[in-house]
Amino acid sequence: MKLIREPNIRDQDLFYAELINSQRDMSEEQADMAIAKLALILANHIGDRTVLSEAIALARDNTLATPQGETA
Amino acid sequence: MFQTYTYPEYAYRQSEEQRSGQVRRHPAVVIGAGPIGMTQALDFAERGIPTVILDDNNTVSVGSRAVCYAKRPLEIWDRLGVGEEFAAKGIQWKVGKVFFRDELAYQFDLLPEAQHKMPAMINYQQYHLEERLVKACDDSSLVDLRWKHKVLAIDNRDDHAVLTVETPDGIFKLEADWVVAADGANSDTRRMIGADFTGQFFQDRFLIADVVMKADFPTERWFWFDPPFHRNQSVLLHKQCDNVWRIDFQLGWDADPNEEKKPENVIPRIQAMLGPDVEFELEWVSVYQFACRRIDQFRHGRVIFVGDAAHQVSPFGARGANTGVQDCDNLSWKLKLVMDGMAPLALLDTYHEERAYAADDNIGHSTRATDFITPKSRSSLRLRNAVLELARTEPFARPLVNSGRLSTPTPYLQSSLNTPDSDPFEGLLRPGTNCADAPIRKKGQDAWLLNQLGQGFVLLSFGPAEPVTVHGVTATVLQVGRDIEDAQGIVAQRYDGQPGTVYLIRPDQHVAARWRRFDAAQVQAALARALKLN
Repeated sequence: MKLIREPNIRDQDLFYAELINSQRDMSEEQADMAIAKLALILANHIGDRTVLSEAIALARDNTLATPQGETA
Repeated sequence: MFQTYTYPEYAYRQSEEQRSGQVRRHPAVVIGAGPIGMTQALDFAERGIPTVILDDNNTVSVGSRAVCYAKRPLEIWDRLGVGEEFAAKGIQWKVGKVFFRDELAYQFDLLPEAQHKMPAMINYQQYHLEERLVKACDDSSLVDLRWKHKVLAIDNRDDHAVLTVETPDGIFKLEADWVVAADGANSDTRRMIGADFTGQFFQDRFLIADVVMKADFPTERWFWFDPPFHRNQSVLLHKQCDNVWRIDFQLGWDADPNEEKKPENVIPRIQAMLGPDVEFELEWVSVYQFACRRIDQFRHGRVIFVGDAAHQVSPFGARGANTGVQDCDNLSWKLKLVMDGMAPLALLDTYHEERAYAADDNIGHSTRATDFITPKSRSSLRLRNAVLELARTEPFARPLVNSGRLSTPTPYLQSSLNTPDSDPFEGLLRPGTNCADAPIRKKGQDAWLLNQLGQGFVLLSFGPAEPVTVHGVTATVLQVGRDIEDAQGIVAQRYDGQPGTVYLIRPDQHVAARWRRFDAAQVQAALARALKLN
C-alpha cells in the first residue's frame, strides 16, 4: 500500500474545526501532548510499516525544506 | 484621498401623509435603503406589494464595503431585472492564489460550471450596486423610497406596527401591516424591538482599504498568510471596477483603530506590499473588528429581520450581502401569500426556519475560515502553518487551507415545506435546493431556464402534466419539449429529467417536490405542504 497524498477526508472544514476545538482549554504543553498522542494513535490504526515510513519521511522532509526559524 | 466615484445626493421630499397629518396604513415598510432593503422592496413590488422604504441618510454606501456577489444573488437580481447589468459591469474572476510567507502555497480555480446565465462570482463596488438599485426603486410604481426618514420608535401591535419617524420637517407617525428591518448589523430596529443578537466576537482587527492604481496584477484573488511585508498577519488583495483594488490587512488585537486609519500609517503598509515602484492613491480606509452573530427570531410580531440586521458574519467568503439577498428571495413570496390570505401565518414562520438554518450554516463557514486565518492559540497556529507548509507539495493539505469558502446557497434539505422523494433521483436537485439554470430554446430563440419560471409555483415537467390549484394558488406547467426546448439536453441532465419526471418549484425557484410521473393528488398534497396548509 502507498501513502495517500490526495484529499481523502469528506467535509474537511468540519474535520479541521474538530481538531482545533479539541485543544480548547488546554495549556500549550497539553496541546502539544495531545497532537503527539494523535500521531501515535493514527500510526497504530494504520499499522502498515511501509505507509508509516513514507509518512514519517514526508513530515521530516517537508519540515526541513522550510527555512529554519520560520516554523511557529 | 482620490475619488473615482462621486456620491449622489438624493432629494428629501416631505410625504403627503406627514404634510396632511393623516396617519396612513401601508402594507409593507422596509427600514434601510442598503442593498438588502432595496432588493426586498423590489421583490415585494415584483409580487405586487406596494412598499415604502425609509432611510435615515440620502446617499449610497460610503466606501465600497461589500465587494463580491455570487451566482445565486445575481440570479435573484436577474429575476428583478437588474442582474444582467451587474454581471456585465462587474469584474469576473475565477482564480484565487494563496501565499504562505514568500511562496505560492496553493492556487484554486472557481471552475464555474459552464452553461449558467450568471457567473460564479463578480466583484462590484457596493456604491455602484446601490445606485442602480435606487434607480430601479425610482422606476417602480410600487416602491416609495423616502430619504432622510429616521425611525425613532416602533410600536409592535397585534395586527400592525406604528412607526414614529423623524424627517427634516419634524416627527410623524405611520402604520404598517408589516415592517421589514434591513438596517444592518447595528440595527436600531433590533434594539428597539429588544431582540437578542448573540454569537462570537473575534479578538482581531482588520484594516480595509480601497486603493486606485493602474497595476498589471491579474484579475485574481490573492491571499497571503504571514507575508514578508506584513509579518505574522494575513493580507487580501482583490480587484474591483475602475482600477480600484480592495486590500485587507489583519492588524492583530492590540491595534489602535484610529491610529491605523491615518494615511501616514496606511500608505507605507500598502507601498511595502505593492513594491516601491507602484503608484497608487487611497480611496477609502476603515478599521473593523468582526463578529459572527444571529438574531434569536427572524420575526418578532409584525417586524421581520433580513440581511445583516438578522445575522452578521466575517467578510471571508463574501457571505454578508449574498446571504441577505437570499433572505429577501425567501421572504417575499411567503409574505405575499399570507397578506392575501392564501396561506396561514405558519408559512411566514418557515422564513425563520429556512433562513436561520442558512444563517447558521454561513456563520459556521465564516467562523471556520476566521479560525484558520487568525488562530487563537499557539498550537492551532502551529497546525495552521503545518497545513500551509504541506500544501506546497501535498494535494491532501490543499483543501484544508481556508482563506474563506466563497458563498454558495444553503439548500433547505430539512425544510418542513419539502415533500421527501419517494422515487430515486440522480443529481444535486434534492427538495429544498435552489434550481439549477440551463440553456434552453424558446420559440426558436436562445434563452435560460430560470428566466422561464416566473413569479409563482411551477410544475417543470418532462412529460404530460396539468396545472394544479390548492386554496386558490395555482402551479402552472412548464413542459420541456412543449413550452421550452432542451436543445443541448442540459435541463434533462441537471434535473435527471427522465421522461415523465415532474418538479414542483416554489416561487423562489427552490425545489419543493419531484416525482417520476405526474399525479394530480400527489402534486396537490405537496403544494398544500409548501403553503403550510397541512
